[in-house]
Amino acid sequence: MEFIKPGINIDFIGRRKVAFVLSVTLIVLTVALLIWRGGPNYGVDFSGGVLIQVKLDRPHPPSEIRDAFTSPVLRGSIIQEFGEDEGDEYLVRVRQTDVELAGLSEAVRSELSQRFGEGVEIRRVEMVGPKVGEDLRQKALFAIFYAILFIAIYISGRFELKWAMSIVMALSLALVVYVASIVGVSVTWLILLALAVTLGLCWFLKLKYAMGAILALIHDVGIVVGAFALTDREISLSIIAAFLTIVGYSLNDTIVVFDRIRENTRRFRRRSFEEVMNASINETLSRTILTSLTTLIVVVALFVLGGGVIHDFAFAILIGIFVGSYSSVFVASPILLVWQDRFADRK
Amino acid sequence: MLKNLGWRAGIASFLVLLALVYLTPSLTRDLPPWWSSVLPQERIHLGLDLQGGMHLVLEVEAAKAVESNLERVVEEIKHDLRKEGIRYRELQRQGTEGVHLTLMREADVDAFRELAEESYQNFELSTPPAEGEQRFPVRMSLDPEAREQIMKLAADQALQTIRNRVDQFGVSEPDIRPQQGQRILIQLPGIKDPERALDLIGKTALLEFKLVDEDHNVEAAVRGEVPPGSEILYKTDVDPDSGKTGKIPFLLKKRTLMTGEYVTDARVQIDSQYGEPYVSLSFDARGARLFERITEANVGKRLAIVLDNNVYSAPVIQEVISGGKAQITGRFTTDEARDLAIVLRAGALPAPVKILEERTVGPSLGKDSINKGFKSMIIGGVVVLIFMIVYYGLAGAVADMALLLNILFIMSGLALFGATLTLPGIAGMILTIGMAVDANVLIFERIREELRLGKPPRAAIEGGYSKAIVTILDANVTTFIAALVLFQFGTGPVRGFAVTLSIGIVASFVTAVFMTRIVFDYLYVQKRRSRISI
Repeated sequence: MEFIKPGINIDFIGRRKVAFVLSVTLIVLTVALLIWRGGPNYGVDFSGGVLIQVKLDRPHPPSEIRDAFTSPVLRGSIIQEFGEDEGDEYLVRVRQTDVELAGLSEAVRSELSQRFGEGVEIRRVEMVGPKVGEDLRQKALFAIFYAILFIAIYISGRFELKWAMSIVMALSLALVVYVASIVGVSVTWLILLALAVTLGLCWFLKLKYAMGAILALIHDVGIVVGAFALTDREISLSIIAAFLTIVGYSLNDTIVVFDRIRENTRRFRRRSFEEVMNASINETLSRTILTSLTTLIVVVALFVLGGGVIHDFAFAILIGIFVGSYSSVFVASPILLVWQDRFADRK
Repeated sequence: MLKNLGWRAGIASFLVLLALVYLTPSLTRDLPPWWSSVLPQERIHLGLDLQGGMHLVLEVEAAKAVESNLERVVEEIKHDLRKEGIRYRELQRQGTEGVHLTLMREADVDAFRELAEESYQNFELSTPPAEGEQRFPVRMSLDPEAREQIMKLAADQALQTIRNRVDQFGVSEPDIRPQQGQRILIQLPGIKDPERALDLIGKTALLEFKLVDEDHNVEAAVRGEVPPGSEILYKTDVDPDSGKTGKIPFLLKKRTLMTGEYVTDARVQIDSQYGEPYVSLSFDARGARLFERITEANVGKRLAIVLDNNVYSAPVIQEVISGGKAQITGRFTTDEARDLAIVLRAGALPAPVKILEERTVGPSLGKDSINKGFKSMIIGGVVVLIFMIVYYGLAGAVADMALLLNILFIMSGLALFGATLTLPGIAGMILTIGMAVDANVLIFERIREELRLGKPPRAAIEGGYSKAIVTILDANVTTFIAALVLFQFGTGPVRGFAVTLSIGIVASFVTAVFMTRIVFDYLYVQKRRSRISI
């Protein structure tokens, strides 16, 4: 059985302008959405606060649950229906961090059981104090940053045999981050700065493969963050794990294509870079589609059947697979080409 | 080539066997006795999110320990000054910095300096210029090193106390360890009543005996006229009819006559008259003497028993109490009395603790998560298995075999490293199923390409594997980097995910590249089949 006939030749690279417009639009929309919402929608892991998952004996509308609360802190909470089975589970979120959070789950239980009887069960409590939330946010941002940095080093080393250059890059970046953290730049800006420096160094040191791969990664994670903002989902610790998985997955795709490009550049020295690139993408197309498909199958299973706790995680990976496959064809490779056009005569 | 086919098959079978051996303890609870003497017993641990339980991060407010240490020093200095006949105007603690003292005679400054050099070596003395007639200030600031020492001691002691409390509470396999700063991480798997555990762990449990101030009016004090040297503390009272809680104010002398540090034992007993539980305390010899002296001097007065600034009871002292026994009554439930006895036995925390992070998962939710996770894994997995056979025929079946072995290896890898399986970990496994076939897809697509060039099966397989392997390696290394970073920064569930992902990557390399090749070599090289089903 074959989905893609051998010898197929779709002109992917020729349509790069359309793809660029699409990608840029998505990114701009994401940034606009984030600015409009006042930043990403952090869950309790990062913003601090309490999340309590409570199960009642039968469904009630959320407004009724809010009415059952008597204490002012709980009255100001956000109540959401949760889960898919009976609709009798709810999430109670308290975003305030200036109040005593420790006894809140007991308060929820006692206040709800006064109204709805004894069938109230507290299934999950996640309480994160503001200080820990701040710590976790810093750690998470650094994790994403380090993942991208190490990957950049590996790609430059493997694809262009520029190990020395990539180590120069890593060292100068470490210096920038060190200086900035002494000056006391906030972590979000620190990471943005570091990413900008990484890209700048890739440009300056002519590490084109790394540059293409990193831009594709930023593109992918950015769009998934946008999807989260759009669907009003919260970014929690496990979602950061999902982001890093997307980074790994999307890179997997990109590298398979890059590998082919490298191989074909040696094979067809006569052909133009554009042709070589198109050939490589077409040759790997069958594999790109198949792997996306098998991964999609399992992730869809997880998304539909995995239960509420893992739902958002599966959602992130689901979007990430689409965007990751798209970006390895339409973002990472065309960047190589743009680069080649610009620097070809100097070589 | 052919000769080492046998070798490779041998290695593969050995690996599979090894994996099965490591997985066995996780699958069954009752292993035969001979098993444990030779073979591994590590099993896969379930994370708190799967088996239910509680994860806590506490911070010991060590600054409070410094404060109470300074308070004690102030009392000691007071005592010493009286003994030496040095007169002073003011003597008080200054935040957590040190002690401020104002002496009345200039000559006393040197005398005090001498005293301090002998008895208070942890302090740096400075004498600012006199502030007027008979006002000679002395500043004693606590050495930074001594402060560090006090804070570290407080954190260590808190850790020990909490360990004792948890041990006595009865949790199987608790994990309590210090974190950076003054933080303590506590993991209590399978706990049934998280609120109670929280209460037990977080209580400072500072037991104090104080006299009731009977010379002044409580009502007047509540209105704001608190006499100097006294304070208002409350007793929480539950009305037995309405079930409502009320607070009764008590006016107590500030001075603490005795604390719970002399308690050697605390037991729950049942009142024979009302059938209500109470806690009986036993003091050590020093405590018994002290208690005897206190009761002797105050017969007829009321002595309040105060725990963490809550008044429990304030009985009238009827007669001298010798023998070192006391009891705390109150309207306790049996559980409350039991927990109170535990905290009194384990001792007070040297400083209050603050809960920074709490994550609790009920056991039913954990079970749900496991069931749903595995259900989606099986359904997703079966669809992928069928799909591979439909798409690649016999070769697909070989890839499926690799996939199943891959799952086996991940599971036994988790058992081997004693790693923790979490919900994101299950997700990681599911993801690996999707991605493990990737290696085979890459190889098969390459083989198809080689076949299209007209190569015979044997050469096509050779070429397909050798070309695909570079790509597979590159792609896996990058995912592995992401997993390692995740492991480094993550805690709990996220770490479980990283471990599963990393094991999965290594396992998929072994199964998809090494093991499938054995089958292909057997079929098309040894058996020389001429048509390849791919």
